[in-house]
Formats: sequence, structure tokens, C-alpha cells
Amino acid sequence: MKVDARDSDGVLPALSKTALVTRFAVIGVVVLCSVGAFAYAGGWLSPDRTTQARIVAALQDVNGSHPGFRRAHAKGICATGWFDANGNAASLSKATLFAGGRVPVIGRFAFASGMPFVADQAKGVRSLALRFRPPGAEEWRTGMIDIPVFPFKSAQAFYEQALASKPDARTGKPDPSKMQVFAATHPESVTALTLIGKRSVSSGFADDTFNSLNTFRFVSATGVSTPVRWSAVPVQPLAATVEAASTGDENGVFDALIAQVAHHPVQWRLLITVGQPGDPTNDPTVPWSINRQHIDAGTVTINKLSSEDGGPCVDVTYDPMVLPAGIEPSDDPIPSARSSAYARSFILRQEERAAKPRSAVTPQEIVSGGKS
Amino acid sequence: MSTAAAARFSVSSRLLHWLMAVLILAMLFIGVGMTASVSRRYSLLVSIHRPLGIAILVLVGFRLINRLLTRSPPLPFTLPTAQRLAAHGSHLLLYILMFAMPLIGWGMLSAAGYPIVLWGAWQLPPILPQQEGVYAFLRQLHTILAYLFFVIVMMHLAAALFHGLIRRDGVFESMASWRRK
Repeated sequence: MKVDARDSDGVLPALSKTALVTRFAVIGVVVLCSVGAFAYAGGWLSPDRTTQARIVAALQDVNGSHPGFRRAHAKGICATGWFDANGNAASLSKATLFAGGRVPVIGRFAFASGMPFVADQAKGVRSLALRFRPPGAEEWRTGMIDIPVFPFKSAQAFYEQALASKPDARTGKPDPSKMQVFAATHPESVTALTLIGKRSVSSGFADDTFNSLNTFRFVSATGVSTPVRWSAVPVQPLAATVEAASTGDENGVFDALIAQVAHHPVQWRLLITVGQPGDPTNDPTVPWSINRQHIDAGTVTINKLSSEDGGPCVDVTYDPMVLPAGIEPSDDPIPSARSSAYARSFILRQEERAAKPRSAVTPQEIVSGGKS
Repeated sequence: MSTAAAARFSVSSRLLHWLMAVLILAMLFIGVGMTASVSRRYSLLVSIHRPLGIAILVLVGFRLINRLLTRSPPLPFTLPTAQRLAAHGSHLLLYILMFAMPLIGWGMLSAAGYPIVLWGAWQLPPILPQQEGVYAFLRQLHTILAYLFFVIVMMHLAAALFHGLIRRDGVFESMASWRRK
């Protein structure tokens, strides 16, 4: 702006009509471009973008609407206990919780399905989520499931599968042709699902092994970064493997765990699998060699169970990106996708909190030792 | 010397304004972007969003002190009353939002029981107890106020350009000019 264009009274010469229109147009274009960029960043201009809202909506299409419940791993109970670190993992990770000593743990046992009231399926995929809260140090959250590999290599693949398995309005079942298209475009998922189908299934939660499936990186005090996966391996001996699909009992698998914990605490060893150069870190559908070194980092003990209703885990999201210094994400895309989808699920269920019906496993069921 | 060049914001005011303008625009785009992404970009954006929000909270504290200690150039007396009110009202709202958004973000993470991680082991303490319902309310408020913030910033931008290109009354230069007097 030329200030010396003013006349002796300090008044600027009036703009010509053309100049005025041009200048207003400039203002309009600047603002519109800014708004457009904002809308693009927010996904409003990209209806095909995989977003957390769309993933969670797709899960809801598959599982039905269950206000107040997690959109996945919906049926579960809370667990309280501790982690006794033995210091073995401290050379790989500088995280305080591995240094040695006792760390309080709030956990959650669940079935991976998004249906909170479905009868327990003996062969249903089970999960163990843990929240480690070392006093005065950063916490760690991890969600593990009892299958050997994750069936999807990306959030996109997970979303496509959820869309394909949406029940058809007429048959009430997923459209087989859509499932075929998914299988044809995702051979890695087919391979992973074959591996998952071959696994032997333990009799219940207490003799089950839960795996991180995703790859993270342990960072040592000297800055050495090591790719790792981990598992919770039961101290309880394998009671039996199951062949039948149904327990014939509404909460049978949970009740068995409740009875066990009422009798004696249950324990898992936290085994760290140490990756080697060349092990795939960005693809959780691919298992690592069984020859990899395992480090026993310590023991998780669960001595108390609670219903979700009034329990310490209901308002916790087991976000796998809640990591202490000493554990970092790898190039595995799934933890970030889980983090974002869990956040969305958490927002929705916290908004619906007042409308949440009672969870399937009630406080009375826990008190009566699983035999309500 | 013209009146337009005479009345300028102090150097500290202009520095704080432009630094925060960049940070706040980045923050709004990161915020809206992270709610619509599931790739590794999501975690990256979240990890920037938290410390950047706290940085804005610290800066707006300095900015308020600076605002109280330095003299702001008066608006031109020729400015219509409605525009004068809009200017003062929007500036007040911008100050409120600059304080409120980081505090609501910090508060909602506290109420949800999330650790408030700035960088690695650098964490902030919770400012609210973990409580059901509080998170849902603050989370919704965070979204609504973020959209309001973006709208006000756009109006601020449009008004600044209106002063600079149409009215040419020195208001734009009072913040945007770096020329030596």
C-alpha cells in the first residue's frame, strides 16, 4: 500500500470500480481457499478416505448398535493385579516399568467381537488388555489377542473387510460375492486367516496365550532401538483345547475364569520376542520365525475381577499408542489405526454412557464366583 | 510521516501475533486432520497436537501480559461503530479461545485418564480427576470451539484484508508492516 498516495488532507484516492471488484475477489479467494483446505484436511471432500468415524460406523453395521459399549471387544470384564518386573528387559528398553519391582495393573478380558450380549463362543477370539501404571513414571497400555497373526495389514484392509461382512438386508448374512472380492484383493489376509484357523484353542482365558501381533520398538538407555513383539504366556498349564464352537452357557468362558480367580490368582509371563534384521515390522499378517529370542520380562498377576459396571476398566481405552519412554511405535500401521478407531469408539461410548445397559457379566455374577 | 505508519503494534506484539498465527492455523489443520485419518499420520499428528497446544497456552500467557504492558494503536476514528464492535468482540473471543482450547484439551485428556505426553518421558499432570461424562462434554466442546475458532480466524483474515485492500486505513499495516519508520 502506498501511503504517499494520500492527498494533503491524508485522504486516499477512491478505488476505481474495477479495482474494487478485483480486491474484493482477492479477499474472497483467499478465504475460500483456506476454508477449502480445512475441509480437505477434515476429510469432507474425500468420501472414500478411510477415517476412524467410517471404520467405527462399519463395525456398527456389522454388530448392530450397542450404546455405551466398545465397538470392538464389547463383551468383557475388568481385572486388577500387578506386574513383577524381573529386570531382564531393562537392557532392551529404558521404560521404568521393566527396571524391576512391582507395577499396578488394570486389565480387561474380552471377546474380540463387537457384540456385548452374544453367548460365549468357546472358539471365539479372546483378548487381554493391560494398563501398567508405574508410580511416578509413564504408563503403558497394550491390547493382546489369542491368535498368531493379525488378519489385516492396514486400516484400509480392515475397513474393506468390515464393509464386505456387513449383513445383507435380505439374507441377514454377509454377501459371499463381496467376501470373495475381499479375499481376491487381500491374499495376505487369506494366508493369515488360514494360520488363525489352524490354531489350537485353549479351554478358557486362564490357559490362553495373548499376542501383541503388532511390532513396536524397544529403546535402550543408550538409544539402541530393537523391533519387538510380545506375548502373555499363561503360567497356568493348558487345561484342555476346545473343539466345540459353543459352551452352551451364556457367560460360560467368563464364569470359568471368575471361578479360577476366586480360588487362586492367575498369572502370565510377559515374553518379549526380539526381532532380527529382515523381520517384517510393517506387516502384522506375517509371523516371525519361531527361532527368535524370547526374553521373559516378568510376571503379570491378576487377583481380582470386576464387572465392567462399576469396574476400573470401563472408562479406559486400551490405546496401543499409550507408550512409556523406552517403547516406541514401529512402521507397523495398525497400532495407529487402532489408536484412532479406539479414540472414536471412546468418544461415542462416553457420550452414550448414561444410556448404557448393564454389561453381560454383572457384579453379582463376579461376587457369586461365576455361578449366578 | 503518514498516520498509517505512525500507529503500529510494538515489535513484541507483532512477533507474538505472527508466531501464534502460524501455530494456531497449524493447530486447527492438525486437529481437524487427525480426526479424519487412521494411518501412521494419525499418531504423528496427535503427538504434535499435544505439545503444540501447550506451547500456544504458554505463548498466549505472555501475549496477554504483553498486551497489558504495551499500547495498542487505536482503530481509525472513521471506522463505523458496527465494525469497531466486531473488531473488539472478535479479538476478545480470540483471546478466550487461545486460552480455552489448550485448557479444554488438557482437561479432557485428564478426565479420560490419558497420560498427557508432551515428548517421551515429559508429561503434564492431570488438571481434572478421571470422570465419566466430563470427558464426553469437554471433547464435544473442544470440537465445537475449534470450528468456532476457525470461523473467527477466517473472519479476522477477511477483515484484515478488507482494511488493507479496501479501506486502506492503516489497520492492516499496524500489524503487518515491518518497514523501518
